[in-house]
Parts: sequence; C-alpha cells; structure tokens
Amino acid sequence: MSDKVNININGVDYAVKAGQNVLSACRSVGVEIPFFCYYPHLKVAGSCRMCLVSVGTPARDRQTGQLIKNEDGTARIAWMPKPAIACGTAVCENMHIVTDSEAISQCRQSILEFILLNHPLDCPICDKAGECKLQEYANRYGSGVSRYVESKSVKPKRREVAGKIMLDAERCILCSRCIRFCEEVIGKPVLGFVKRGAKTEISVYPGGGEGLNYLLNVVDICPVGALTEKAFRFKMRAWFLRTARTISAESSAGVNTTTWSRGGEIYRVTPRANDFVNGSWMSDTGRYVHLGAAAGKRRLSGARLDSTSCSLSYAVDRSVEILRLSGFAIVASAFMTVEEMFLLSELAKVCKARVYMVSHVAEDDGFLVSADRTPNMRGAFVTGLIDRYPGKDLSELAQLVESGDVRTVLCFDEDLKALGFEARHFKKANVIYCSSAENATSACAKVCVPLENEFEKSGMWINRQFRLQSFEAAVERPKGVSSTVAFVAELLAKIGGDEFSEPGVELVRRVMAQRVPQLEGCQNIPEEGMPIDGSAFSRVAFPEGPAFKYAPSGSK
Amino acid sequence: MADIFGNVLLASAPAGAGVGCDWADLALGVLFSLVAIVVVMTFAGLSVVAERKVCAYIQGRCGPNRTAIPWVLAVPVVGRFLQRAGLMQLAADGLKFLLKEDPLPGHVNKFWFMAAPVMSLSPVLISACVIPFGVYWSGGAANPLSVSNLDIGLLFALAMGGLGVYGTIMAGWSSNSKFPYIAAMRASAQVISYELCLAISTLPVVMFVAQGSDSPLSLFEIGRAQSGGAWFCIAQPLGALLFLTALFAETNRLPFDVAESETDLVSGFHTEYGSFKFGLFFVGEYGHMVVGSALFITLFLGAWNPLPWLAWPEEWGWVSSVLSLLTFLLKIAAMLFFFIWVRWTLPRFRYDQVMNLGWRALLPLSIANVVFYMVWLGLGF
Amino acid sequence: MAIVVERKKLNFFERWYLPQIVSGLCITFKNFLKPKVTIEYPDQRPALPAGYRGAPTLVKDSEGREKCVSCQLCEFVCPSKAIRVTPGSIDSGSEYAYIEKAPKEFKINMLRCIYCGLCEEACPEKAIVLQDTYALNSTSREDLIFDKARLYAAGGTLPDKIMKWKRVRDNAELKGEH
Repeated sequence: MSDKVNININGVDYAVKAGQNVLSACRSVGVEIPFFCYYPHLKVAGSCRMCLVSVGTPARDRQTGQLIKNEDGTARIAWMPKPAIACGTAVCENMHIVTDSEAISQCRQSILEFILLNHPLDCPICDKAGECKLQEYANRYGSGVSRYVESKSVKPKRREVAGKIMLDAERCILCSRCIRFCEEVIGKPVLGFVKRGAKTEISVYPGGGEGLNYLLNVVDICPVGALTEKAFRFKMRAWFLRTARTISAESSAGVNTTTWSRGGEIYRVTPRANDFVNGSWMSDTGRYVHLGAAAGKRRLSGARLDSTSCSLSYAVDRSVEILRLSGFAIVASAFMTVEEMFLLSELAKVCKARVYMVSHVAEDDGFLVSADRTPNMRGAFVTGLIDRYPGKDLSELAQLVESGDVRTVLCFDEDLKALGFEARHFKKANVIYCSSAENATSACAKVCVPLENEFEKSGMWINRQFRLQSFEAAVERPKGVSSTVAFVAELLAKIGGDEFSEPGVELVRRVMAQRVPQLEGCQNIPEEGMPIDGSAFSRVAFPEGPAFKYAPSGSK
Repeated sequence: MADIFGNVLLASAPAGAGVGCDWADLALGVLFSLVAIVVVMTFAGLSVVAERKVCAYIQGRCGPNRTAIPWVLAVPVVGRFLQRAGLMQLAADGLKFLLKEDPLPGHVNKFWFMAAPVMSLSPVLISACVIPFGVYWSGGAANPLSVSNLDIGLLFALAMGGLGVYGTIMAGWSSNSKFPYIAAMRASAQVISYELCLAISTLPVVMFVAQGSDSPLSLFEIGRAQSGGAWFCIAQPLGALLFLTALFAETNRLPFDVAESETDLVSGFHTEYGSFKFGLFFVGEYGHMVVGSALFITLFLGAWNPLPWLAWPEEWGWVSSVLSLLTFLLKIAAMLFFFIWVRWTLPRFRYDQVMNLGWRALLPLSIANVVFYMVWLGLGF
Repeated sequence: MAIVVERKKLNFFERWYLPQIVSGLCITFKNFLKPKVTIEYPDQRPALPAGYRGAPTLVKDSEGREKCVSCQLCEFVCPSKAIRVTPGSIDSGSEYAYIEKAPKEFKINMLRCIYCGLCEEACPEKAIVLQDTYALNSTSREDLIFDKARLYAAGGTLPDKIMKWKRVRDNAELKGEH
C-alpha cells in the first residue's frame, strides 16, 4: 500500500503523506490553517476550535457500496454537516477539504471573538506582542469588533512559576499546550486548569516546576503572552530583535537554537525546531549560556605581549617567531568550529606539534544536556586533531614542559592554570593564549590573542549523533578582536603551510571537503544538519549516555 | 551768515580757476570741497539705509530695526527712533566693511584691481563741486551755493559722470575672471549708448537758457532760468523723461543694472571684490545716484526753487538762501526715493533690450527732441 | 519640439511702457504703505495653529502617573531613529502595579527628530505628545538628547479622560470581592 493519499484542498488535488492529520497535510502543501492548541510535537487536544475546516469524502451507496456519481460523472462528495477540527481529523483517500469558504471564515471570526471575550488586550505591555498567534490571527481572521460590553473576568496576573516564568492567567486562552508539554515531555505535571466555565484558569500545582530544567519551553509554545520568561520580561519587544540560526554550545547534544539580538546585545535564546536533534525543545540552562559569554567572563579585548598591550598584527608576528622554536604543543578546545580545528590540525602537521585537549564531562540528563559539555568534541576526531578521548587535565603536557620537551604551548580557550599548570611552567615554556575571555592563564601567558566567542563566529559543529550542523554568527565581533579562522590561517601561512588568501569559512570548507572524507559535501549543509560517518570512531569511549533521539554506538 | 558763506565761495571760485592763488583761499577751498564731499557721502550713506528700508516696506517687511549702539539707545525716544529707523545699521555696515578680511585674489592685476574702486568713487565726488545746492545774494547779484561756479558746469558734470564707468571697466578687466569681464563689457557698451542720449537731451535746456544768459552751460544759470518760471520738465517733458531714463542707465540702477546682474553674472564687475574695496564701489554707486539726482534737479526740476513759477524771494536774504538749500536737499532725497522705488518695482532688462532701447528708441527720440526745439526757437515762439 | 506661444501684439500706446511702469509704481507704493506682514521673531512669537508639531515630550495624567508603558511602538515607528526606550517594570508594591510596565529610561535625540508626529500617532497610551516648542538649542549635542526626566519636565500633564487603567483596576477590585 502506498504511503501517500490523494486529497483535494480547496479544489486542488494533492498527494500527501498518509496517516497525518488534515492540519499538517494542509501545512505541508502550503495551505494555511490557523490554530492555537495544536502543536506538532504534542498530542492533539482539540480545545481551541480555531482550525475548523469543512471535510467531505466521496459518497457511497449504502446498499451496494458503490461510489455515487454526479450527473457530469464526477464523484459526489458527502460533506460533513458541521465543520471539523483539522488537527483532530486524519486524512484519507479522496478526502475533500475546504479552508477558504465563507462559512469557515465565519467560524474563525466567531471563535476569535469568543477567545477575545476575556482577553485583556494589553498588547502594549505584553512581551508576546509581535510574535503572538492571537494577535496575528485576530488581525488576519478577526472581525475587528467585539459585541461584548460587560466587564472582563479577573484572574491572577503576576504569578511566578518555579522562579523563572511569569504566569498571567487573564491572557491565557486555555489551549492546554503547556499542560500537555509538562505531562508528555517532562513527564511531571506542573500546570493545570482549575475552576469551570468562564472562570476556568490555568494554575500551578503546589511546589510545581521547582528544579525542572526544561520548563521554559512552555513559554515558547504558549501561543499568547500568558507564560513569559522572567529573564526576558520587559527587556525588548520581539520586533526589534534580529534572529540568527545558532547551535547551543551547552553540550554535545547540538540543540538548534535561535539567538535574538539587537545592537550587538543578545536578549534571548530560543529552541529552533529540528526533528532529528531536539524536536522543538531546549534546556533552560542552555538559554543562559550567552549570559556567561556576555557578563560572567571578562572579555579579552586586546592583544598583549608580556602583559603589555600591543597591536594584533604584532602579537601574531611574535607568535609565529615563537612557534618556529622546537618543542611545540597545541591545546585545542572543543568549542572551536570544525573549520578552525581543520586549520589547526594542518598547523600541527606542518609543525609536527602534539595536540592536547581537555574533556569537560558532567552529569548526563538523558534528554538534551549530554555528559560532554562541549559542542564539538567529535569535530576534533573527524579533523584528526586527536584520536582518543581526552583526559580531564593537562598534567601530561605539564610534565613535558617540566622536562623541557615542550617549550611552546599554543592554547585555545582552555585555562591551563586550572588544568595542572603552575607558575613555573609558564616560565619554562612560552604560552600563546588565544581566547575571547580573560582568566588565570591569560594573566601570565607570553602572548595573548583576542578571538571571537561562540556567539560571534559562524561555522560548523558535530554533535553527539555525528550530525554536522552549521550556525551563523549572532552578533558582530568587537573591534580589535580577530576571527579564529583568520588567525589560524595566518599562522599556518607564515609557518609555511597552505596559503588561504581570503581565509573565510567558505574557502576552508571547500579545502576541508576535499581532504577529510567524512566532510565531503560540507559546503551545502541542509538546515536540519547532515549526518556524517562516525563509524571510524566507534571504539572511542564517548561519555554520553542514551538520550532523546540518541543512542550511544556501543549500546546499539 | 549768508554773506560769510558767500564770501568764502566767491574767494574760492578764483582759486579753483587757478587765478591769484592764496593760502587762505586754498584752505577754504579745500574745506568747502570737504563740505560738499560730506554732503554727498552722507546722502549716499543714508540712501543705503533707505534702500534697505524702502525695499523692506515695499515687500511687507520691517527692514533693519535692531542694530543699536548701546549708549545711543539709552537716549530716550531718539535712541529708540534711530534703532527702529535702522540708522545705526549704517555704522554697522561701514564697520563691517572696514573690519572684514580684505582679500586680494592671486589671479588679479593688482594695481588696476586696487585702483578701480578709487576710480569709481572719485569722479562722483569731483562732479559734486559744480552742483549749485542753493542761491545767495551778495551785492545785488545772485550767486550759487557751490564749490565752484564753472561756466561749463554741465559739460564738466557729464564728463565726470562718464568717467565713473572706467572704474567698472578697470575692475572687470583686472579681476581676470569671466563674470566681471562680461560685466565690464556690458557696462562700457551701455555707457556709450546712453551717454549720447543723456547729453543730447540736455541740449534743448541749454538752448532755452541761452535765450537769456551768456553762459548757458553753467548749472547755476540753468537753475536761475527756472526761477519764477516754468521748470524745464514742464517746458520739455520728453527731454526730462529721456534724461531720467538715461540717468538710470548711467548710474547702473535697475532696470538697467546689467553690469551687476546677479542672476547671470554672480555679482557682476565686483565679483572678486570684498571688504572695503567692495564698500567703495557700493558708496560710489549711491554717490553717483546723488550727483545724478542733483543734475536732474538742476536741469529739469527747478533746481533750488520750491515750485514752478515761484522762487524764494531775494528780499528775505539769508533765510531764502537757507530755504533754497533745504529745497534742493529735499528734492535730492525725493529723487533718491524715486530711484529706490523704481528698483523694487521694475524687473531688469535683458542686455539686448537695453541696447535696443538705447539705440533705437532713446537716441532717435532725443535727436527729434533737439530738432523740435531748434525749430521751435528758430521760428521764434 | 519647442512650442512657440503667440504673444499679444502691443499697440502703440502700450509699447511706450510708461503706463505700465506707472501702474507698477502705484502697486509698490500701495504695498509701501500697507501694514507689515512679518513679525519680529524673538520678541513677538507667531500664533501656532492647532495641531502644530513641535518637540515630542512625555506627559503624565491628572494623577501624576506616567502614561508611558514603554511599549516601544514610538521607537519602532520613528523614521529617524531618534527614540530609544529602555523598558522596565513597576514593582508590585506600587499603586499602579496593575499597569506592570513603565520605561526605565526614555531618550529622544532632538537633533535626529524630524517632528513628523508618527510617535504621537503610534502611541496607544497618548503618552508622547508633540508640543509647541520649536526653538530647541544648545551648545552641545549631548544636551539635546533628552532623558526621561527632561521629557516629563517639558511635557507636563495631559488629563486622561478615559482613565483606562483605573477602570481595569476598579474592575479587578470589584470582582475580587466576590
């Protein structure tokens, strides 16, 4: 049996995937149906009635079971007497659907008027304004007037949920998306309806939501401004924010995110739907990674040589001189992009340098925060920087420095002081520290090169599923800060390796696609990412446990 | 007082003629010349203010009315009046010309460039010395209130008036820049065209005066000829009109100011000038107007006489003299107002229209005018 | 192609031009005597018409409550990007806690402002009003970037007839008793 069914929407025939509901079938062919309570990754509730459509199937004779034909020979359609909800109706062969009739638009108008009866219409102070479904639909499908003159119902307005969400019960349209999310995805009920009829309101179970790390997803799925994020509350209106397709750097899960910024300042990070990676969810902690990047860490804002500031080009030239000395080791970071790692491995080959990395392992929550708290450890394997899972510190490298075998260390991002280096090691070896942040290492390194942080660069990361995903820069890098790709490419060219005349990400990708077999075709990665062959690394002891859409290769 | 005044004039007249030079006479001559210069310059200055004020009033504005010298403003009523009338603006304008940077462009011919403003102003001042500003009686004979009572006063004034254009031509040529150059060409062509008409239209006047006087070219005699009789503007209306029109062209006033012509020549002959050198051109233009008006008044508007067929009586002595002087100055003021009034009424002629009017209308008419009065007098009317 | 306009042929009398010149002189002389149409600006001020658009200011209502709820629509609509609002919240202890939102900082760069009035039009609270101030000046650029305090000082009070928020609050109190 074919997995496609033929349906007719507004008089046009389509072949769509079988087994889905009318709403997603219509959306898949570009016919818009408004809806509030339906959510692709949650069960159907059918509570809002916004997605009403007229549905009909070919009529059959009750006795014979034969199709009844019209006079002109076409099949007669037996329309359902009342409109049906598109989200709760599955498509079937020869189904006819009408979404644009006068009756349907009447339905939508009435439903909207009904929903808006007790809606406070405080759009000017509502953080959802600009991305609010109710606002959009009221504008597009609403009648523009209300016949309701009585005073609106009063419900609790400023209610905190788990210390990170503000609940405004008056704005709630009782779609139950948040309730279903908590039950189905988190598996722990947090929110629920209380009272009845017009007094029905959303409420919180006692002690609800404390300690849950995925609760903020209800803010994203709330179609109106009933649930708003406390950290983003009254910070900026949605229409001022510029969006960028980014990947969460929180862990190797590689959660797809959207980063919202204005004027170089990041205001919030929200999940971006990717059915292969994260559905449309992300962790609460992942939303605040940018706060660390912006405020928690002190920015390394200018190049320094022996603790005195100097120009970037001078620092690069001095670095090249130091790198020419024998006994050279690289400390790479798993926060670097695949492009940067590739250039670095080229540099290591040319200089015959040893490469060290550090693992950042923490507890695996089995969902979207994996044990490996770096976004691109697998990239280091694919680009050939390392071939075994790194240890927790750099005591091995420290010993080599002690013995005099390593006299130069090119370190990216990692804080050597916290990983086994003592002050005497910095005296014995020249440390070139390249990062976006100041730390104990930058204070005593020979050369400091300021680089962009993970929100300022674009590139690719490989997540725990060996899925290659590209991301955009969310904000521009500050003045006086070098792009990591440009910096490593310059080192490489001056040391005597490949010359990248315009060391942009695109050019590096082209070279990389030729030299690294797993990365073939990496110039054109689809939006949902590209799975690559990780079988060569099946014997590496990755720390991630089984989780959402992920099974460790050993446990298969 | 009239006697003293008259004696000085009498004494200075031979000095100006170069006969029997005497140091005291010379000093007095210089003094009187200075008085004449002061009169002309004062009128020129006031007409600058008047120009701005009249123009503003015609255009519905107030004109300059804010400039004030603090301690003058403190004088009750008078200070306020001077401020509102814009009279202190004159001092401010003059001071501005003096204090501004005096640029000398690198591309100009320096000597002639500097000489041009002088050349434009000095003929005006020189011709002022033959204007009879009034009359006084001494020993039964009437004498002019002028620096010098030249027999050929009219010719002298016309000649000096014609010289004024040399300043314009020198400025245009020495500026070594195209707009001033074009302006200078236009100015010289215009002067040639209109000087003819200007001179010819005065001939009938001279003919009329010659009927009763030995020196009909003397401006004083021309004025006397109109005392107690018809003014020449009544006897010869066409001549007066022609002279007046030519005078507008001669003084480069609108509608004939093709030498300045801001719309097409930036600022005409003084485009390259600034500061005090420009100021001299500016004053020269108004001085020219003052002397031109005086000439027109003497020739056609009854000189110092109050009304046609009416003269200040000789019996009143020095009172009549003073009245005659005041009459003349009042007429100059009225003429200046007329000059300004016309400027803010009429648009500028195109250059070819100026030439057409000069050669094809005014010149034939002025010749016809002369012929008519020749025949008139010849037939003995 | 050039179009030649046929001109009226002048008769002999007209070709003298003198009557026309005389009538022109009469016109200018009449104007000379007419009252002046200008005003002496710094001393006399023009009477501003209703709806004049001068400097934008923030206003308070009759209770002295700041009307602005920092919805940033003015900032969005401003074609010259003269407005910059930093939103903030009203703390729950306040009498106006029901309004929830108020500007933490509100800056209008009067040098960038083009007095188009779109901010006034966009404002859902009638909180930003273009007043009749038209001669703002200063010796520094910073001085003409008005902050919230100066905007309220310049704006004063504009009584609110509807008192929308009061109604909402009263309604809430009324229903809360049941």
